[in-house]
Amino acid sequence: MREKATYVLGLLAALVMIFNLHTVFTQLPDEAMQGAVYRIIFIHVPAAINADIFFTCALVSAILFLATKNFLWDSVTVSCVEVGAMLTLLNLVTGSIWGRNQWGVWWAWDLRMTGQLMCFLLYMGYLLVRPAISEPTQRATMSSIISIFAYADIPLVLMAIRLPNVRTQHPGPVLETGTLAPEFRAPFAIGILAMFLISSALVLVRLHQESAQREIDSLRRELHAR
Amino acid sequence: MDITNLTFLFYGYSAGWIIITLFVLMLVARGRRIDGELARLKALVEDRERS
Repeated sequence: MREKATYVLGLLAALVMIFNLHTVFTQLPDEAMQGAVYRIIFIHVPAAINADIFFTCALVSAILFLATKNFLWDSVTVSCVEVGAMLTLLNLVTGSIWGRNQWGVWWAWDLRMTGQLMCFLLYMGYLLVRPAISEPTQRATMSSIISIFAYADIPLVLMAIRLPNVRTQHPGPVLETGTLAPEFRAPFAIGILAMFLISSALVLVRLHQESAQREIDSLRRELHAR
Repeated sequence: MDITNLTFLFYGYSAGWIIITLFVLMLVARGRRIDGELARLKALVEDRERS
């Protein structure tokens, strides 16, 4: 059932993504100031928004694990963190390429970008700590705590371009201020949906792997006990 | 159309797809390893039960 859902999600994601890429590259006009390169935002921003969505899921499941000690929640946390970290890397790399073209530099150490880099490094820390702890309950507890701690960076990243006295190189918010041109809004929203579908399919694959890994651990214990 | 802008647009989308593809390949490799290990352990348990 889960396998079928993964295939359906993956197929749906591919269709939505192809439709959106077609719209972005053939229907939309070039932006007045940036030319063609502005189209990077249709992959850059959806990656950031979806990373935040999956990190929020990881936060909720980490809290649920600590409350219930049910290992399913630990599996959800690690799956969401892995996909979220991949999306954060995608966001950082595409943003850096856009910045090189528009600002003339690959990187600017402003609050938004540094905060996002910190976010990536904190969640990479989570992924690196996990294999270092062999006892399953201890591993899940420790990594849940790290996941909750790492999430503290997300509000900082979100607020970095909204704080009144902070000057950032990064462009300001376009969604809530209405500065995004009306013809860009639909492809933008569909881009977010497409990235969400791709990421959800990847999370399902990871969840399946985590449950197989738990089965391996229990078989190993069974064999050692004999 | 400015060719420099197009080049960076190409770099941006290529980087995005490379990252997603590498992640998927990593998942596939891990899935194969886990499936192989699971099959090996199940066979081992069955062997021990028989003997």
